[in-house]
Amino acid sequence: MRSPRPDLLGELREHPFLRGMDPGFLKAIEGATQERSFGTGDLVIREGEAAKEMLLVQHGKIGLELVAPDRPRLSLLTVGPGEIVGWSWLIPPHLWLSDGRALKPTRILAIDGATLRAALEDRPKDAYQFMLRLVPVISRRLQIARIQVMDIHGV
Amino acid sequence: MGSETAAPPGSHEGGASPWAPTPYRVVERAQETADTATLALEPVEPAPPPGFVPGQFHMLYAPDIGEAAISISGATSDPRRRVHTIRSAGRVTDALTKARVGDVVGVRGPYGRGWPLREAEGKDLLLVVGGLGLPPLRPVLYEVLAHRDRFRRVEIAYGARTPKDLVYYDEIQAWRTRKDLRFQVTVDRAGVDWYGDVGIVSQRIPDMRFDPSSAVAFLCGPEIMMRGSAQALVDRGMSRSSVYVSMERNMKCGFGQCGHCQFGPFLLCRDGPVLPYASVERYFALREL
Repeated sequence: MRSPRPDLLGELREHPFLRGMDPGFLKAIEGATQERSFGTGDLVIREGEAAKEMLLVQHGKIGLELVAPDRPRLSLLTVGPGEIVGWSWLIPPHLWLSDGRALKPTRILAIDGATLRAALEDRPKDAYQFMLRLVPVISRRLQIARIQVMDIHGV
Repeated sequence: MGSETAAPPGSHEGGASPWAPTPYRVVERAQETADTATLALEPVEPAPPPGFVPGQFHMLYAPDIGEAAISISGATSDPRRRVHTIRSAGRVTDALTKARVGDVVGVRGPYGRGWPLREAEGKDLLLVVGGLGLPPLRPVLYEVLAHRDRFRRVEIAYGARTPKDLVYYDEIQAWRTRKDLRFQVTVDRAGVDWYGDVGIVSQRIPDMRFDPSSAVAFLCGPEIMMRGSAQALVDRGMSRSSVYVSMERNMKCGFGQCGHCQFGPFLLCRDGPVLPYASVERYFALREL
């Protein structure tokens, strides 16, 4: 027996990042959306690989990690339910800039990047609303990175 | 607190001088992290030490070296024991962290105004903590847990540099299993053996559960962390006057005489270290302070 198909449109509508977006826009990207699940320790994204999808976290936790030669793997940020993984799918050359690893059982919605970019190009008003959601995420993560660089807990 | 002063005048003389430390013996010592230790002290003399309220501090004297202002991090319920968690950040604190059981150190105080715990009764209580901001708030947590029915939701967000810099590790694990409070931990950076949150502590505030119209928040940690966290709480609807911060400056006398710890119109050793965010917000932005 097949399990019932998830209500992806409903999930897109309720995800905090997309909440309040125009229903027509959400309908336009619904068909390009898939759900995906990961176990603890699974790699969700890998630095340097093609960022083909926008990833919305529904459940669980993803650690964004940097790997450099001769250095231990470093986790710099965790993202959880209601957050997005990144924006490399939007910006050429569409390559992930870090690894992302599930730190607990995790479920995401993956929206095809090409479809999403096309929808944003076709619908400038929706694209503006989308950017009003995305830019604060970028700004917050920049601020977090600045504070991490300051090493405020150091002596 | 890590501000240090030179050895006080009369520090070897004893007596009633406000500068004279009282001898206390180290009765227990725990190494918290590579550079941080917790010392439990008891007075050498049989007379009980003065009581204290959570958030107050002592001037601790390392013999022949000098004094440092250190927050009290133990329970108010113990009539004799005074607990301090100290990070080695200079000559005095380095000597204090290396004190062994049986060693004698000097204690002056307690000094300052503590956390307004009474104001939080009947309300949601939020503790937002960075690094060594946890020791001054641990007595609050002990009080709250001893009188849990006086408070509504209790939410704690604790941020540290790395997992290795978390103090009171075993105690935190026990607190995290409790159903009557929520204790979130985040670190600035971590290796692959850490499955908890990574980022900065103010990121946890949007996820904290509380009623902004009936909540009190106590913030303790690096100033930039308190600024960001206070703003995040205000953004969630909290009044600035319900948010309290513990300020740190170069405490020397401890009782408002020398002026070394002046912060705007406040002498933090006397008027603080705990102050309403509404009173200090404008001074946070002044770089000269």
